[in-house]
Amino acid sequence: MSSQDIPEENLPAEQDHAHGAVGIADEENPFADPGLPPHEHRIQDVDERAARRSERMVALLFTVSMLATIAFIVAYLVIPNDKSIFVFPIGHLSAMNFTLGITLGVALFCIGAGAVHWARTLMSDVEVADDRHPIEASPEVRAKVHADFREGAKESALGRRKLIRNTMFGALALVPLSGVMLLGGLGPAPGTKLRHTMWTKGKRLVNMNTNEPLRPEDVAVGSLTFAMPDGLEEHDEEFQTEIAKAALMIVRLQPDNIKDKRELDWSHQGIVAFSKICTHVGCPISLYEQQTHHVLCPCHQSTFDLSDGARVIFGPAGHALPQLRIGVDSEGYLQALGDFEEPVGPAFWERG
Amino acid sequence: MSTSENETSRSRGKAPAGERIADWADGRLGIYSLAKANMRKIFPDHWSFMLGEVCMYSFIIIILTGVYLTLFFHPSMNEVEYHGSYVPLQGQLMSEAFSSTLHISFDVRGGLLIRQIHHWAALIFLAGMFVHMMRVFFTGAFRKPREINWLFGFLLFVLGMFTGFTGYSLPDDLLSGTGVRFMEGAILSVPIIGTYLSFFLFGGEFPGHDFVARFYSIHILLLPGIMLGLMVAHLILVFYHKHTQFAGPGKSEKNVVGMPLLPVYMAKAGGFFFLVFGVIAAIAAVAQINPIWAMGPYRPDQVSTGAQPDWYMGFAEGLIRFMPGWEINFWGHTLVLGVFIPLVLFPLVLAVIAVYPFIESWVTGDKREHHILDRPRNAPTRTAFGVAWVTIYMITLVGGGNDLWATHFHLSINAVTWFVRIFFFAGPVIAFILTKRICLGLQRRDHDKVLHGRETGIIKRLPHGEFIEVHEPLSQEQLHTLTAHHQYEPAEIGPTVDENGVERKVPASEKLRAKLSNAYYGEDSQIPKPTVEEYKEITSGHGHH
Repeated sequence: MSSQDIPEENLPAEQDHAHGAVGIADEENPFADPGLPPHEHRIQDVDERAARRSERMVALLFTVSMLATIAFIVAYLVIPNDKSIFVFPIGHLSAMNFTLGITLGVALFCIGAGAVHWARTLMSDVEVADDRHPIEASPEVRAKVHADFREGAKESALGRRKLIRNTMFGALALVPLSGVMLLGGLGPAPGTKLRHTMWTKGKRLVNMNTNEPLRPEDVAVGSLTFAMPDGLEEHDEEFQTEIAKAALMIVRLQPDNIKDKRELDWSHQGIVAFSKICTHVGCPISLYEQQTHHVLCPCHQSTFDLSDGARVIFGPAGHALPQLRIGVDSEGYLQALGDFEEPVGPAFWERG
Repeated sequence: MSTSENETSRSRGKAPAGERIADWADGRLGIYSLAKANMRKIFPDHWSFMLGEVCMYSFIIIILTGVYLTLFFHPSMNEVEYHGSYVPLQGQLMSEAFSSTLHISFDVRGGLLIRQIHHWAALIFLAGMFVHMMRVFFTGAFRKPREINWLFGFLLFVLGMFTGFTGYSLPDDLLSGTGVRFMEGAILSVPIIGTYLSFFLFGGEFPGHDFVARFYSIHILLLPGIMLGLMVAHLILVFYHKHTQFAGPGKSEKNVVGMPLLPVYMAKAGGFFFLVFGVIAAIAAVAQINPIWAMGPYRPDQVSTGAQPDWYMGFAEGLIRFMPGWEINFWGHTLVLGVFIPLVLFPLVLAVIAVYPFIESWVTGDKREHHILDRPRNAPTRTAFGVAWVTIYMITLVGGGNDLWATHFHLSINAVTWFVRIFFFAGPVIAFILTKRICLGLQRRDHDKVLHGRETGIIKRLPHGEFIEVHEPLSQEQLHTLTAHHQYEPAEIGPTVDENGVERKVPASEKLRAKLSNAYYGEDSQIPKPTVEEYKEITSGHGHH
């Protein structure tokens, strides 16, 4: 095997003349490779009693594995699904999950430990050297392959008959387009869907917790209320998609504290309604700091100042939260005075 | 034919059953030629060579448990009212995906265990790949002829991330749904086609009714199918190239020293599968993971605090958290740089490490095969580059958990974010400089050890009163091991005049290469290893030092 010709430039050891010479330690080169160190015997190699101890150990591990599998089967059959047990120091756990997991874990681990112990103590640990052969083909093989390829290419006449070649490339380039077209069925075009929500003029604001329409007096100073449009029901087919755009955040501020003029105009008695969907990547904003009127998105920590047009004061969001213009209807309920004037949620190319 | 004669003569004897089956198979599959090359194949031993095995075994565990989970999981977003055995969610509206995951967790006996093994194995798979990749990187195992296998491994890591992401999004719980929303927001930021991509992925507006079913086929078929193919190719190449080894007595670029596959590695590697599986099963028994019942079903208008992706996505999460919210509006369009830049940085940072082997081989111009591993210290620039890359990764990971750092260490979230913003740039530079210095220091130590021997800690007083520490000369094995590495000469720009004396235009790429080569192998970047002459001068002169 080692007699096989190896192109010398492929074998770096050849480059390093100082240490390339594998072999016997010599006076000339104290750094030369002394060759594989002699094999050191393990206790199991020289003492049969130690070897038998190892054998018993391996057998014990395999036996423990068998017992653990039996325990697994028993546990699977007898432990009730909802039983919980206390395991120190972890706490209360599902008895079933804990027992099955531990018995399965022990059964598997002991097989592994047995096999590894067997390999380490009883199988030969004599290190052997195997030759490497260069990955590259020999020059003759290389020449043969190139010649064969040229021959084949010539016989195909692909290079000569340009018309065949060009039309074939054309056909092969076009045919994947059918596949691309078929992907068209994956979704409708966006159209203007991202620009509209369920909010329209006259739509009442419904408290998300109580499912009752909101009156101004229901909104206390310092509290954060979540609202959705009247007529949206949890059982609706498109509830998730609609609430993903229409969710509202309502707070009452002192009108004097509102710094932004448009925000004041669009509020009702200091009650302001903003989109709950973060303008960064669309998480629902849920943390309100009543002293500062800041809201914080828990996902990426964008912070908005609700007393100043909900502008971004920290974090990765790129623009203010859209505000919904609100008023009260003839029965004294809070209502929208139109849809949001700009798209809610994360920014996108057509947003403008 | 001689082969058929052989066959008849073989079958006439009373060979044992195993042998006869093997003969039968060989006549049809040619297994003997395969076995001849591989049955007694030599594998070198080193603890770090197990890291790749951890990945392979956890991948097998994921497939086994994943198949089991598909028997019970319903990849559907139809809203149903829950009437299972988990009382707190009774009567609540949820998708079938979520309710079937509850069913697996509470009503299928052992279902929760398999779910937890599946999820833990996925985390370990990704962590294993990361560490394995670093092992390969820092020891230079990616050099010729293994560059393509490095790319296969890299692809496995990237695909593993996406398989993990699509997997933990399937239960349609509040936490994972938030992650999917984040992904949708990120896709929307792509200029020109972002909204279309999003609508085509979700079958309309977010969340729609399709993404669980679509993610399901991606998660259980498309990505794992590709990964299985890549992993098989990865392994075939490991066998074909034969494993790398560290320098040492008797080890050279021409051989591979170790123990044979049959029986030692069959037992060790086979046993290791059971060890990995056993440990993961035990973890799944005691450590809860992804308790979707505590989070509840997904609602796009609800969220929990401390929302975190699985660890391997923390890097993407960090990029998006510390990026300032830049947005450019022009001609009725919005360029959402605040989201799009992180989206581009994410593959870019990963790609840097993927293409590194090609950059290094271009700088060295080395076309030889390399089977002896480098000690990281002996390739200071590479090691420093790798540590700088890991630093970026880790800083960004800190950024991905900035809220947790803030709450756990009582820091301001703004301060943590600003720290990440600054150290995303400064961190790798500092890490690079420090690592290089440490490597050079270690090289100097090796240099001294070779020339002056090992410090024994014994102080000796000489007759004239001088105190010296006794140094013990190294054995030849150690001397060889410490001096076996190759040191490159920095490349120089070739002659600027050609053979006719005409001035030659030096291409910019050649200048750059010479510059990089100097940075890699110049005076400040490696300590010349001791020469035989130096060694002889010192050892013959004083005997001791």
